[in-house]
Amino acid sequence: MVGPVFTWIAEHPKVFWTAAQQHLVLSAAALGLALALALPLAVVLLRWRRAAATAIALVNVLRTIPSLALLVVMLPILGTGFQPALVALTLYGLPAILINAYTALSEVDADIVEAATGQGLSRAQIVRRIQVPLALPVIFAGIRTAAVQIVSAATLAAFIGGGGLGELITAGMGTLDIPQLVVGGLAVAALAILTELAFGLAERRLNRTRHA
Amino acid sequence: MIALEGVSKIYPGLPRPAVDDLTLMVPGGRTCVLIGPSGCGKTTTMRMVNRLIEPTRGRIVVEGEDVTHADPVSLRRRIGYVIQQIGLFPHMTIAQNVATVPELLGWPSARVAARVDEMLSLVGLDPGGVRDRYPRHLSGGQRQRVGVARALAADPPVMLMDEPFGAVDPLVRTHLQDEFLSILKRLRKTVILVTHDIDEAIRMGDLVAILKDGRLVQCDAPDRLLAMPANAFVADFVGADRALKRLSLVMAGDACEPGTAPAGAPEIAATLSLRDALAILLGTSTEALRVTGPDGQAVGIVTLAGIRARAGEGAGRGLRAAG
Ligand SMILES: Nc1ncnc2c1ncn2[C@@H]1O[C@H](COP(=O)(O)OP(=O)(O)OP(=O)(O)O)[C@@H](O)[C@H]1O
Ligand SMILES: [Mg+2]
Repeated sequence: MVGPVFTWIAEHPKVFWTAAQQHLVLSAAALGLALALALPLAVVLLRWRRAAATAIALVNVLRTIPSLALLVVMLPILGTGFQPALVALTLYGLPAILINAYTALSEVDADIVEAATGQGLSRAQIVRRIQVPLALPVIFAGIRTAAVQIVSAATLAAFIGGGGLGELITAGMGTLDIPQLVVGGLAVAALAILTELAFGLAERRLNRTRHA
Repeated sequence: MIALEGVSKIYPGLPRPAVDDLTLMVPGGRTCVLIGPSGCGKTTTMRMVNRLIEPTRGRIVVEGEDVTHADPVSLRRRIGYVIQQIGLFPHMTIAQNVATVPELLGWPSARVAARVDEMLSLVGLDPGGVRDRYPRHLSGGQRQRVGVARALAADPPVMLMDEPFGAVDPLVRTHLQDEFLSILKRLRKTVILVTHDIDEAIRMGDLVAILKDGRLVQCDAPDRLLAMPANAFVADFVGADRALKRLSLVMAGDACEPGTAPAGAPEIAATLSLRDALAILLGTSTEALRVTGPDGQAVGIVTLAGIRARAGEGAGRGLRAAG
């Protein structure tokens, strides 16, 4: 099986690398957007504990929606292509980041926060200098989970014309081109594993420098 | 100087105010210890001074300034704050912890660094040894020292300390109490200290304020409190051995009478307390002790009769009057 896979890539380099590149761009953009939404939201929710409970409950519902359903729901609203795929993947990655960030920030030891308040740190200074650094390992674990989820789910973007490695799979299925199908599957799996490894490595390095 | 004028804190849904019309005055450079049963409002009272809690009614004056409407963040940078759980920032080095307020105040970094070392030495830590370590590397007693160094770093005129010795074991505690007391006196800080421990209150307070159910029951110098408890609650609170406690407040050198002790009488250093003197007398058959000065010279004697008179002096009246 390995032979036909490499033969297929060698014969269709442009198709393969375009799909891989689309996949990466789509995933990175979705992760970036999810971060840009979830992290500030987590900080805002710290000050609105009651709203926070509702927000977390809503996000937990979002979390239970299958990725394919989320993508397909975008069809009637945003049509097909890159944009609806981006929106769906952003929503898909958001819960892990938001829940981890909010939980970790709000669970920073109350005595430490009180001591900081008593020393005369402002609210913003407490978030920036005390809560974020102390919550960072858990926040980062949430980001890693979201990244892997997004990379995997981005495969389904092909169903709504969002491109990516999923196209190799759908095309391969359509024409019963088994090598193409397998290339798509293997490439997605490899990318997900690489993402997990890379973020895991960064996470370990982060924790190591913090506890020197 | 710290003054509380008719201060109350009411939490909706509680049967009584957490703090009820409290008036209290701590003169500059003095230490006032708040003590009373659990839930009597000690912590609430203290935290209203740096506005971690907003009073429902009343006025609080710190160093002549009404702080009831001051900006809380800048107010807190002028008030040292030490809590029982210490609350050191675990992700920062000891130096960074101590530097917190000077940095907030924008001191130049060379001055901050010098100040950090000065403060660490002041509280009895070796700056070179602990500066770059993290709180988890230190013992409970060392952490408590860092907590005090951090609170003192920007030289605030006023210090608030909520059970600062609660987290250290009894042996270390007495030692830390004496050390911190001498530091706070030397720097002429005005201090409000909260404790559960009546011996600590008597040892550390210029004034001891006894609270019950949010109300101030009695605020007096330790000796007066022991001699004249305002009512049965206070008498009970300070303990049946209050006569003995009074003796521990008096140094032998300050209480000695002129005269010569009989040959072979035991000696006691002038800096020890009358309580120590009594313990020695009870262990021997003599009636008098020779009190010796720093060079071992005799400065006078203390007698059993003198100690008894001292323990009872001015006592009893208040209590009997209150029933
Ligand atoms: N945020 C709050 N909401 C409602 N009630 C409170 C709040 N904080 C304190 N109380 C109540 O106010 C009273 C005084 O509490 P406070 O913490 O000042 O007591 P304390 O003397 O420091 O007690 P302890 O010795 O146990 O530390 C208690 O009855 C407590 O239950
Ligand atoms: Mg308390």
